[in-house]
Amino acid sequence: MSELNKLTLHEARNGLKNKDFSAVDLTKSYIQACEKYKKLNAFITETHEIALKQARESDKVLSGKGRPGLLEGIPIGIKDLFCTKGTLTTAASKMLGNFIPPYESTVTANLFARGAVMIGKTSMDEFAMGSANITSHYGNVINPWKRSGDNKDLVPGGSSGGSASAVSAFMCAGALGSDTGGSIRQPCAFTGIVGMKPTYGRCSRWGMVAYASSLDQAGVMARSVQDSAIMLESIAGFDEKDSTSANIPVPHWEKEIKTDVKGLRIGIPREYNVKSLPEDIKALWEKGTMWLKDAGAEIVEISLPNTEYALPTYYIIAPAEASSNLARYDGVRYGHRTTNDIASIDDMYEKTRAEGFGAEVKTRIMMGTYVLSHGYYDAYYKKAQKVRRLIAEDFRKVFEKVDAILTPTTPIAPFPIGERTDDPVSMYINDLLVVPASLAGLPAMSVPAGLNSEGLPLGLQIIGNAFDEQTVFNIGSAIEEAADFKATPEGF
Amino acid sequence: MSGGDIIKGNTGDWEIIIGLEVHAQVTSKSKLFSGSSTEFGSEPNSQVSLVDAALPGMLPVINEYCVEQAVRTGLGINADINPRSAFDRKNYFYPDLPQGYQISQFKEPIVGKGKVVVDLKNGGTREVNIERIHLEQDAGKSLHDQSPDSTFIDLNRSGVALMEIVSEPDMRSAEEAAEFMKKLRTILRYLGSCDGDMEKGSMRCDANVSVRRPGELMGTRCEIKNLNSIRNIINAINYEARRQVEVIEGGSLIDQETRLFDADKGTTRTMRSKEDAHDYRYFPDPDLYPLVITATFVEKIRKTLPELPDAKKERYMNKMGLSAYDANVLVADKSSAEYFEEVAEKHEPKMAANWITAELFGRLNKSGKIIDECPVSSKKLIGLLNLIKDNTISGKIAKDVLDIMFDTGKDAEIIVEENGLTQVTDTSEIEGVIDAVLAENAEKVAQYRSGKEALFGFFMGQIMKASKGKANPAIVNQMLKKKLSS
Repeated sequence: MSELNKLTLHEARNGLKNKDFSAVDLTKSYIQACEKYKKLNAFITETHEIALKQARESDKVLSGKGRPGLLEGIPIGIKDLFCTKGTLTTAASKMLGNFIPPYESTVTANLFARGAVMIGKTSMDEFAMGSANITSHYGNVINPWKRSGDNKDLVPGGSSGGSASAVSAFMCAGALGSDTGGSIRQPCAFTGIVGMKPTYGRCSRWGMVAYASSLDQAGVMARSVQDSAIMLESIAGFDEKDSTSANIPVPHWEKEIKTDVKGLRIGIPREYNVKSLPEDIKALWEKGTMWLKDAGAEIVEISLPNTEYALPTYYIIAPAEASSNLARYDGVRYGHRTTNDIASIDDMYEKTRAEGFGAEVKTRIMMGTYVLSHGYYDAYYKKAQKVRRLIAEDFRKVFEKVDAILTPTTPIAPFPIGERTDDPVSMYINDLLVVPASLAGLPAMSVPAGLNSEGLPLGLQIIGNAFDEQTVFNIGSAIEEAADFKATPEGF
Repeated sequence: MSGGDIIKGNTGDWEIIIGLEVHAQVTSKSKLFSGSSTEFGSEPNSQVSLVDAALPGMLPVINEYCVEQAVRTGLGINADINPRSAFDRKNYFYPDLPQGYQISQFKEPIVGKGKVVVDLKNGGTREVNIERIHLEQDAGKSLHDQSPDSTFIDLNRSGVALMEIVSEPDMRSAEEAAEFMKKLRTILRYLGSCDGDMEKGSMRCDANVSVRRPGELMGTRCEIKNLNSIRNIINAINYEARRQVEVIEGGSLIDQETRLFDADKGTTRTMRSKEDAHDYRYFPDPDLYPLVITATFVEKIRKTLPELPDAKKERYMNKMGLSAYDANVLVADKSSAEYFEEVAEKHEPKMAANWITAELFGRLNKSGKIIDECPVSSKKLIGLLNLIKDNTISGKIAKDVLDIMFDTGKDAEIIVEENGLTQVTDTSEIEGVIDAVLAENAEKVAQYRSGKEALFGFFMGQIMKASKGKANPAIVNQMLKKKLSS
């Protein structure tokens, strides 16, 4: 029964169905892995007792007492910004260090309704603000991968870095993440796993701690494309409690996956070939293009002319919304409140927020407050909204000609913890290629496609048309098959 | 148009310019963006959902009923309904504002320009233009008097739907502002979109006040916050206008600022100056898509609109022959109008109006009751008027009967019977009384016959008195004339 944790989600599901092992066996195997790899610091809260209890329930269902759900008995990691009823939910912030929600987010409620087992709450960048998982109040998360011949700890990417490390190191079969400007795809690329951000509106945001409401979207992280389809199917769906959720049915993505890409038109956007793109990433992109071409897809060179404005646009809109979304953390009703002497209500706010928020969160709140301020609104926020519409328009036009877009996921490979911290822009550059799809609200996936010269995983990104996740899954599968990416981090 | 008030300053005349921002709570069982109850007077914090308390990850969902009521209100003041409106966040920190922002409509309100016709005391009218109506959330309540060292927060009101109705600076006296507020309240009550109860805080306003030399450019205005009674509106505006005149005549300038009215002292004081004004950092709420209102939706609501006070008044005057005064009094309150119309269906409208505005309202005023608490139902008043019409009792007796009805709630017919008040129409009986009275006053009869015809009234009075008011006055009149001329 050893190494059950190495199975993919769908393999594990088959094993459970065939009674090769029980959900409790499977869960114990993951709990062991969690104990063993604690040093990665992937979890903020481990919920092993809850997991075993859920697993026992699943075993009852699997033994014929009820209809097994899509994820019956499967241990899943949950990013700590999904509110879980009765379980600490911190968003990796001291501000919510004592917050136990009396409610369950829609996405996790869906997950549990399909039989999933909660192995723990995974770490993340504080309030999902970061690309390296170095802004968590609970310490850095470590990438299980290492450069060949180098023992330096590398970042797992962010903000869903805990989920990425946990899936990559076999501490859970899959994990929930959230993607505001690449927070699923970028860490998945950095840890050699599959990450899928669906169309904005596909998953309910109810009960998900908000960073930037117009961009935040729940998504999934797994070790295969099929696994990611199973998971997304489990959490997606209309929710009347979220006014931005889309009232359209959830397709059976898993069942419909076809690796045959014959006749599909794949767009290769010229603007993503940025000067700073390293040769190995460029080479992998070309390889990916060839795989699809060889499989019968038509390769189309396309232009998304406003791509270069995506990152600055994102860094106006997201902080603007964040500055307002995070105003509720004021120490009045829940969460951290200063215990220092206070002279006035303003003093209470100032001390509470100064103590409760980390540096990156403060930076973004200040940026956001600035761009919304009287006299600056038009020059920054309003202009950014216009540019955002132009970016979405670029995509809309392109999707008249192509079925999907192929790009690298990141312009860099995972880097050592501590690097790229002097200049925030050198950190923000991580998300250069993932941010545009977020701004346009489009579904996008990162698929591991190869290793760089240092032995580190690299991902390719597939961007689909709105609500056409199926094509993204299909192309993802085709690349998965062609790349035959079997590498795992050494020692895990 | 009336001229409005003129303040006589030391250096000449000043005109007052007033615009109001009225906050009207939407009559809705649940809040603007959550399902919690809006019931007044409940235990503190007993009507607070996760959304109202702004827990992490909570999202607003628009209450369609509130949208309907805003549209209804817009139609009620002949305003444009905007096919597209949007919600914005107004950001500021306050302990009773859980989200750290109020969801409001800043750039694109749901209702555009409209108009309210205000009836003035002098019989004239003033048209007050409405700039816009928008929907927004109310905040909670900070209770500073519960503990010496802490402030308590009650979030029951947090998230309750308000309509902010913004007028143009079209009013020229505190009384006009008060009349505008009353008229608006009447319209809202007719529409049912707000109960207009100022005591419960369902309706309150901020007043923008400035003064100027008649005919000159607008002066700098001050905003007086949170006026919650008609009396406070009048007192605050009058005080503020005089203060401004004194400041200007004293050689200083008015600072554009927000002021608070102290009802006990009858004065206004600075709340915050322009320099301290908040930067609310309005931006579109990304949790809510723009509100799209179709023509079909608007037309559906339009069909359910009741007849509004202005139309009613017109009909009462033109079709029913009522005086402007009676019509105004009756339409000022939806219940009075309904009461009147029920009575006017059975009796001549002018007579019905008379009995209601003079007799019934007089008694209601004296007992401090409102029409909805009136012990005499419209059906019972109809019964009383029936007795006058069929000559069972005289109008004079009817007034006494109404008193008893008011005290006991009994039917007029029963009261008349119990007290033997039936009018005497038997001519032989009346003749006897007349003869007796004339015999007792033979001297006056002689004077009458020699030309002092004014004595006719004296005889009438004596006869009615002798019959204890029960003799039918018309018959008495006729017979008396005959007797005196024979």
